[in-house]
Amino acid sequence: MKNFLFIFRGPAYEDLNLTPEESQAAMQKWYDWIGELSAKDRYVGGEPLHKEGKMVQGSKPVVTDGPFAEGKELLGGYFIVKAESLEEAAQLAKGYPDFSINGSVEVREIMKIPMQS
Amino acid sequence: MSSGAEQPQQLVDHLFRHEAGKMIAVLTRVFGISNLELVEDTVQETFLKALQVWRYGQLPDNPSAWLMRVARNRTIDLIRRQQKLANLSEELAHRLQSSTENAVDQFFLDTEIADSQLRMIFTCCHPALNPEDQVALTLKTVSGFGVQEIARALLSTETAIQKRLYRAREFIKSESIRFEIPVGHELSGRLDVVYTVLYLLFNEGYNSLKADELIRHDLCAEAMRLCKLLTEHRQAADPSAFALLSLMCFQASRFESRIGEDNTIILLQKQDRNKWDHELIRMGYYYLNLSSTGDQLSVYHIESAIAAEHCLAPNFESTNWSALLQLYDYLLQRKPSPVVRLNRSIVVAQLEGVHAAIDLILDIPGIRLLLEQHYIYPAVLGDLYARAGNCNEGRRLLQMAWHLTSSLAEKRLLQDKLEALCQSTATE
Repeated sequence: MKNFLFIFRGPAYEDLNLTPEESQAAMQKWYDWIGELSAKDRYVGGEPLHKEGKMVQGSKPVVTDGPFAEGKELLGGYFIVKAESLEEAAQLAKGYPDFSINGSVEVREIMKIPMQS
Repeated sequence: MSSGAEQPQQLVDHLFRHEAGKMIAVLTRVFGISNLELVEDTVQETFLKALQVWRYGQLPDNPSAWLMRVARNRTIDLIRRQQKLANLSEELAHRLQSSTENAVDQFFLDTEIADSQLRMIFTCCHPALNPEDQVALTLKTVSGFGVQEIARALLSTETAIQKRLYRAREFIKSESIRFEIPVGHELSGRLDVVYTVLYLLFNEGYNSLKADELIRHDLCAEAMRLCKLLTEHRQAADPSAFALLSLMCFQASRFESRIGEDNTIILLQKQDRNKWDHELIRMGYYYLNLSSTGDQLSVYHIESAIAAEHCLAPNFESTNWSALLQLYDYLLQRKPSPVVRLNRSIVVAQLEGVHAAIDLILDIPGIRLLLEQHYIYPAVLGDLYARAGNCNEGRRLLQMAWHLTSSLAEKRLLQDKLEALCQSTATE
């Protein structure tokens, strides 16, 4: 089994103007997905990211404020998920609940590098 | 990193809605009723924060406390910003800060939350607001419904609901309505208005066959939740509140059995009584008992006793009609409305026959107009005529009722009656 990083780029929920009931329904979809992944022993963990950040770049590094991607492509958080292959991982990512509101998942295998000589 | 949720996590049903109501009430206590918009925005931000943080894997041990904590911090933050604008010395600002935190924390105590919610109920049900604005504002502010959900529940449009909410909020601001629980002799009058609004809310959910099942259910549950909130409060727990709650329990026990597949209406005599929710009936009796303290006998007491009488009978035939008639006599004294007379006549039909009932209905003041305006009158009267064997008059009235109702379920029921009516006379 390998570990994969699911990077979620999604819409800013604040633009959706959800009612309390809709917010709860949106939340429940995520829990259902996590529950599904956990039942298959695939979910390792996940964390949200703060919206605020800094971008440092340039040959004479310049620090600017985030967010980093334009507009709605906000990087909100990530999961670490176990899978047999990249194909299986991508398959699992199809359960992501926010496709319908223009969210996307980037699936990347976390490299294991043997350090012992 | 949060790890390995063993079991799928679940939020309690309607948790966010209920928490929204609590937070709005508490924050209104802090910022004042004229700042409802700021309050609602703050609550919205709190849910966004939850949504941003929780969805990657971990539900806090106590979601409701977590939400309250975020709302509390946000509140302190907002006040701090205001104080900054006031250009105070650092020392004074610091002192004010700690006393502000203390004061705000008081508002977030459980007993104070309940108190604030009750203030909110009284404010939304202010007698100077018109009933439809009371209902919309209560659903929005006390119950945490969204505008679209209110529109669905009240069979209205979002624009219309927005207008009502705007009008109600402006009224509260311009009239400087106080955010408080009325005291002394004012309390009982104001409570009556609250009961009326809650009963309206309940009936809106119970009777409206046009709204979808889910939202109807939510409305009834919400009316019951708020009524329960009243009964749990030391100032508002008056016997009528218990009576109203017991009435709602009895009614709600038949929620499932009175509607068949394809949204058809199943009349009381044909309902499968095993499908009645016996837990709700038990609760109905429980609250009815609690309502019998003091010397108050409200219309809710009588209506609940009537509902209890139906629940007591194992089948339609063994209904105690004379007990019901007596209860309707009491009700008529307290609330001499045409619809009470109409319902009483149905009981009379069981005891003295359909002709006596028909006479009673024809004696209702203003019956001509009522027959032309509200489908229920021609529907009941037409049914009685049919039972009396007067096929022509029965058909005329049932058809009239058919044209008056816009509910498909009611139309179907009337259609069935119309068909059965002419068959039975044909075989006679």
